[in-house]
Amino acid sequence: MNRLDRREFVASLTAAVPDALIVSGLGSASYDLFAAGHRPGNFYLWGAMGAAAPLALGLALAQPDRSVVAVTGDGEQLMGIGSLGTIAAARPANLTVVVLDNGHFGETGMQQSHTSLGTDLVAVAQGFGISDAFVGTDVAAVAERVLARRGPTFAHVPITTDEPPRALPPRDGVAVKNDFRAALELPTF
Amino acid sequence: MMARMSPAPPLWQEKIFEVLRKGGVEQIAYVPDAGHSHVIREAHSDPGIHGVVLTTEEEGVAVVAGAWLGGQRAVLLMQSSGVGNCVNMFSLLEMCRFPFLTLVTMRGEYAEFNPWQGPMGRATQRAFELMGITVVRVDDPDEVEDTVSAALDNVFEAGERVAVLLGQKLIGRKKWER
Repeated sequence: MNRLDRREFVASLTAAVPDALIVSGLGSASYDLFAAGHRPGNFYLWGAMGAAAPLALGLALAQPDRSVVAVTGDGEQLMGIGSLGTIAAARPANLTVVVLDNGHFGETGMQQSHTSLGTDLVAVAQGFGISDAFVGTDVAAVAERVLARRGPTFAHVPITTDEPPRALPPRDGVAVKNDFRAALELPTF
Repeated sequence: MMARMSPAPPLWQEKIFEVLRKGGVEQIAYVPDAGHSHVIREAHSDPGIHGVVLTTEEEGVAVVAGAWLGGQRAVLLMQSSGVGNCVNMFSLLEMCRFPFLTLVTMRGEYAEFNPWQGPMGRATQRAFELMGITVVRVDDPDEVEDTVSAALDNVFEAGERVAVLLGQKLIGRKKWER
């Protein structure tokens, strides 16, 4: 299997979809998104494992005219795996879930995850009813789906187990939330 | 899909939907319960509201946070057994100070037939409070509208996190034989 460099993939994807709203799952996916350059349309999770996809779903329903992307890892997505069924049922055309899959729980010492022990996430997503689920090794193809907003879409991106230097996004969730809402011209509450 | 004939919903359930709709709620995420059935039905038939069926309640905590991030008011409906499923996900609410409104139908109390509902039902209020969520409770059908409406104001006007427990007596005895 052709495994990609996670940082290069995320940097290329975010550059190709500059107006997309992006939610990142805890751990390396949040570091990857921040390393690609902070923008107020980024929302970084540092906890609440399993939240990336369902949080992006609520956001996508609230902002139907914007492309919304959840970028997360295999472990984070596995913990919220049922949310793929919830997304399939809600059918938000503007939501793309991108899973960076190295087959391991990177943050806790590289223990093997289910995806290197038999789980096929594309088959899982399709089984849940996300018909546009595919192996997204071509970043241009993933970006095209994000911009087209004819989803929901699930892109499975096999990556190497390399651990690039940590790039730590802000940990102040209130500040990140308020910046994000301000970028949408929304008040704090 | 065939429409199923159903008796008129209790007035207090109709009042809950009215409060949510008039309160500008645009997403209703839920794991079903009989006590939420009217609101769920209305959520799916109202073109201004997204009804979001969940596979597990913790997804709903993230969905309503995402809705707020995008400028919409949302509410999570569940029964008491689902509250324990949400515990770690509640950290999202405190960390980002998301407004949060959940309506919880209680099990494991009034005339409960199924003892398996007991443990989580008895721990529901404390589980919310352990995670920093304010709990209000209503058992009188005449007070449901005001209680839910006041909670909605607390949440969306003052940015609070509030759970409304709908006592099992409101729903009444469950018929086990059919």
